[in-house]
Amino acid sequence: MIEFNNVSKTYKKEFTAVKNINLKIDKGEFIFIVGKSGAGKSTLIKLLLREISPSEGTINYNGLDINKIRKRNVAEYRRKIGFVFQDYRLLPKMTVYENVAFAMEMICCSAKSIRREVPLVLSMVGLSDKAKYYPDELSGGEQQRVAIARAVINKPETIIADEPTGNLDPETSKEIMKILTEINKRGTTVIMATHDREIVTRYHKRVIELKHGAVIRDIKAGGYSNEPKED
Amino acid sequence: MNPKKIEYVFKQALKSMWRNRMMGLASVGSVTAVLIILGFVLIVVLNVNNVALVTKETFDEIAVYLDDDVSEDQIKEMGDSFKEIDGVLGVAFQTKDYALDKLKEDWGEDAFLLEGLRVNPLPNTYIVQLKDVGMSEQVISKLETFEGVEDVQYYKDAVNSLIKIAEFVKKLGAGLIIMLLLISIFIISNTIKITVLNRHKEIELMQYIGATNGYVRGPFMIEGILLGLIGSLVAILIISLGYNYIINYLAGRYVALLSGISGYMVGVEMILNDLIIIFLTIGIGIGILGSLVSLKKFLSV
Repeated sequence: MIEFNNVSKTYKKEFTAVKNINLKIDKGEFIFIVGKSGAGKSTLIKLLLREISPSEGTINYNGLDINKIRKRNVAEYRRKIGFVFQDYRLLPKMTVYENVAFAMEMICCSAKSIRREVPLVLSMVGLSDKAKYYPDELSGGEQQRVAIARAVINKPETIIADEPTGNLDPETSKEIMKILTEINKRGTTVIMATHDREIVTRYHKRVIELKHGAVIRDIKAGGYSNEPKED
Repeated sequence: MNPKKIEYVFKQALKSMWRNRMMGLASVGSVTAVLIILGFVLIVVLNVNNVALVTKETFDEIAVYLDDDVSEDQIKEMGDSFKEIDGVLGVAFQTKDYALDKLKEDWGEDAFLLEGLRVNPLPNTYIVQLKDVGMSEQVISKLETFEGVEDVQYYKDAVNSLIKIAEFVKKLGAGLIIMLLLISIFIISNTIKITVLNRHKEIELMQYIGATNGYVRGPFMIEGILLGLIGSLVAILIISLGYNYIINYLAGRYVALLSGISGYMVGVEMILNDLIIIFLTIGIGIGILGSLVSLKKFLSV
């Protein structure tokens, strides 16, 4: 369970990126975080990854105040979270297989378990036949699927996806959403930042809307509709 | 540390060293420069100490140079008076011609250089032998009071001035070494910085994945260590070969003064072990410090 208690983040004493955020995310939930650029989505994610620390308030992960984690233990904490970027961030000189295996190697898994797990995950994202391809030989959707495979290979409790469909066309986005939904069904918490209203409307999940750094709406799963906005 | 991790860490370190070889060369060069200067200072100090040690025990002669206008009678008189001084064992007279002949003999092939002299510039000299080296001070002060004595040379003076030179070299060397140490730490940290920036995306990714510190920092530490190591190996090679060459060069000369010096010099094999230990420690130390400086600055996701 993830809890934000009165979390604010102020940069350089003048610019408040997020203010007074109170959030509770249960294990196994699927959450959209929406809002325009500058609304505070990225800050929220960075706070959760402990890339930055809140100016005020606390963030608890399974009851642990993540800002009390020592610097050298941050890596261990991050293994509980799989991260998917908008721009995929695959390593260009490694094949699909190696990119996914890389994530396992980095946290010390035996060669045997790597050989067992990587093909499983690649088949889950439907890329078994492209294991030997290099990222630049893949379409954007395929690259993002590799990135998702890399994020889940270490069996994280939570997946955070920052605009995972931001660079993709609607058809490809659906594939990505299908995979993320599948991962969520297996019990992994999914937190996805997006500004794609299409997607948010189609998948009836909990929606948290940010504006100027504050939560302005927290809508239960199924309650979101694509109302026309006055602005 | 599993083998796979070690392999990864070394592979990354070597890869970025190759990719970044010009900066690597600068780093190695700076480490080598520091260590060569350090080696030079060490060798000078060591040798001066050695000379001082050896000569203090064996030397018991004082050279008394006489003015050219002293007549032969006076010279004889002076010799007799010198013998009377308390602490003097005996005296021997060397004419200026003898001194020149001896010099020509010592210079061997180079003696033709002396042919051009129209006047013999060397003084008539009394060699005063001491009963005891400890009495040198009082004997010298008495010798200096004689009229017609141009100068009194005791080996101790030479030793003392050598020691003074060594002190100077030590101080100058210490300053230079500290400066160069800082410069080479700076250059290495810059080299590592370039690697960090080159691999910036991969490192960021690793940090998001939650890679262990060994994976993230390992390659940079190894790169720094290897740069320092190569720098110190080059320095060890240059210093030991160079020093050996100088010793042999001096020993092979016929010029007495120089070949005499080589006899007092500490052999390469005597200092090589210490040199290797000191150089490797400092070289690798510089490498580690350079890496740490860079990592502290640039690794912070």
